[in-house]
Amino acid sequence: MKTKPRLTDEQLIAIFRTMLMQRTLENRGFQLNRQGKIPFASASEGHEAVQAGAAMAFERGKDILVPYYRDLGLALGIGLTPYEVLLSLFARAADHSAGRQFPHHYASRRLGLHTISSIIAAQLPHAVGAAFALQYRGEAGRAVLTTFGDGATSEGEWHESVNFAAVHKLPIVFLCENNEWAISTPLARQMGQPDVYKRAEGYGLPGAAVDGMDPIACYEAVDEAMRRARSGGGPSLVEAKCYRFLSHTTDDDDRTYRSPDEVKARRKDDPVPCFERLLAEYGVLNAEQAEALKRSVLEETNDATDRAEAMVYPDAADLYEKVYAEGWEPWIV
Amino acid sequence: MAVVSSTNSTVMNNVEAVRATLYEAMKNDERTVILGEDVGARGNVFLITKDFIGEFGERRVIDTPIAEASIVGIAVGMAMEGLRPIAEIQFADFIYPSFNQIVGEAAKIRYRSNGEYTCPLVIRTPYGGGVRGALSHSVSIEALFYHVPGLKIVAPAFPDDVKGLLNAAIDDPDPVLFLEHKKTYRLIKGEVPDGHYTIPLGKANIRKAGTQLTVVSYGLYLHWALEAAERLAQEGLSVEVLDLRSIRPMDKTAILNSVEKTRKLLIVHEDNKFGGIGAEISAMVAEEALFSLDAPIRRLCGPDVPSMGYALPLEEEFMSSPAEMADAMRAMVKF
Repeated sequence: MKTKPRLTDEQLIAIFRTMLMQRTLENRGFQLNRQGKIPFASASEGHEAVQAGAAMAFERGKDILVPYYRDLGLALGIGLTPYEVLLSLFARAADHSAGRQFPHHYASRRLGLHTISSIIAAQLPHAVGAAFALQYRGEAGRAVLTTFGDGATSEGEWHESVNFAAVHKLPIVFLCENNEWAISTPLARQMGQPDVYKRAEGYGLPGAAVDGMDPIACYEAVDEAMRRARSGGGPSLVEAKCYRFLSHTTDDDDRTYRSPDEVKARRKDDPVPCFERLLAEYGVLNAEQAEALKRSVLEETNDATDRAEAMVYPDAADLYEKVYAEGWEPWIV
Repeated sequence: MAVVSSTNSTVMNNVEAVRATLYEAMKNDERTVILGEDVGARGNVFLITKDFIGEFGERRVIDTPIAEASIVGIAVGMAMEGLRPIAEIQFADFIYPSFNQIVGEAAKIRYRSNGEYTCPLVIRTPYGGGVRGALSHSVSIEALFYHVPGLKIVAPAFPDDVKGLLNAAIDDPDPVLFLEHKKTYRLIKGEVPDGHYTIPLGKANIRKAGTQLTVVSYGLYLHWALEAAERLAQEGLSVEVLDLRSIRPMDKTAILNSVEKTRKLLIVHEDNKFGGIGAEISAMVAEEALFSLDAPIRRLCGPDVPSMGYALPLEEEFMSSPAEMADAMRAMVKF
């Protein structure tokens, strides 16, 4: 048995609840898609530990999160509600993008959660610019957490962003959620060696790899890096090695490019049941309490589903809103 | 049009007008930062930001790594978090790596977050030919970007417009692509009002009034069109020259009013013809004022080749001239 971490029991349970909520909401997205109620949903199953752990290292009301589109658990962990997630899935008018964006592309100024792009690595320069703004204004005690998958590390903007952050010693943490698959392209076709964190040395910043299936290890690695960033110690690269259990999205079929046996074999590391067992070993959560927690997560998901589904679509006229501050007309008449 | 807070003015060229305006912006607003290649120690390759780094420091005048995608992308992040960045792409020809950050990101931040995040960003870049710039220091890029909702594009020709429009771009709450024709940088001088003023984006300006033909242009070719119109005036022919100044949004009222008056339209631009700015103006006038026209619309534009060449004959063949413009104007007036 591992040594019990310095997190409180409440924090450990909060992490587990975020993981359960991520999995439950994600399943809900796939169910709604299969029921024909929503056209699309994306998958993050296997990312629960890294995201819930990283979210625990995020200081609400201070830090800025610049995530990618596979960060459901991270968004929940910093305060996005299941209802907001369902509004995004149902593309309702009350959604943060007013129904414009794909599911799981959130934005919340209140939470410090940047608007999410589908374009791989496009968010990284934004994260660096945000970190520059914090440093420029001398806002000590604040930092930026930005996330991306292993595939994103092939993009030029990934390199440009890490490099610029290193030059200016910016308050930012680059968190790679390495799930070994970029849709159908495996890690070995993405990079010449499998360790993203090793690149850190080449840029001149600290790099660390962590077991992405262990939420406590992920919390500790990201927490250390975020504390360093907030106190003027500069940027860090953290690589969490996790796995994508499902297809890329509801429109993908992973059986066309990887064997179900591979996926099955990796299920032994599934972070949700593994962490549940660990919490039981610690004496933090017994079986009865775990079941109660799961019930409450499902009830909250069901309630959020019903409430969001009952909300209205945006008006067709909303298509023309928010193009510019003062309207959308390309001609001045 | 211009809101002038002082009656005094100073003669300066376009490069001095850009410099003076940037200087005032840096003086007046600590949120303003300038970032780009060689903008700091070198003071920009045209010396636009010379000595800025000494006065404002390297935190506000940022020599970036050579990485155009992130020059724009980092500026987007700065703008989303409360700064007022002015990003520079050293030559417009180098802007292509940043295409996604401009088109896919900056132009969509407000829209995709329903206004929770905005992107008040200026991207300045020198463009255009006639300077022996060959394939990679001569291009016009406006047509690649004017298709994009969410962006604004400005291309002033005169120093007073440079100042008023750059001030407006800096104040604007949305991303603005500010195009400076590098051949006009030192060639074109004019009176620039002292003190702070803005010229609204999207407003054209009649630089020469006339009755027999409307010529719409911008940038360097606007000056050549004015020169050609003067030649025709000496022949007793009256040509109206409209300076677009802003490419997106575009001043439909000014174009239609002028065409309704002169009943003929010639569009002149350096950028190549196919799918260029002239194509959109032609289509708009054909849709809305066809029966006011006494002659077919004509476009005098750059040829549809990848670029002007370095060799002088290849550059001269690409570029138009006041004489060629005068011929086109004469033919249309007499049509």
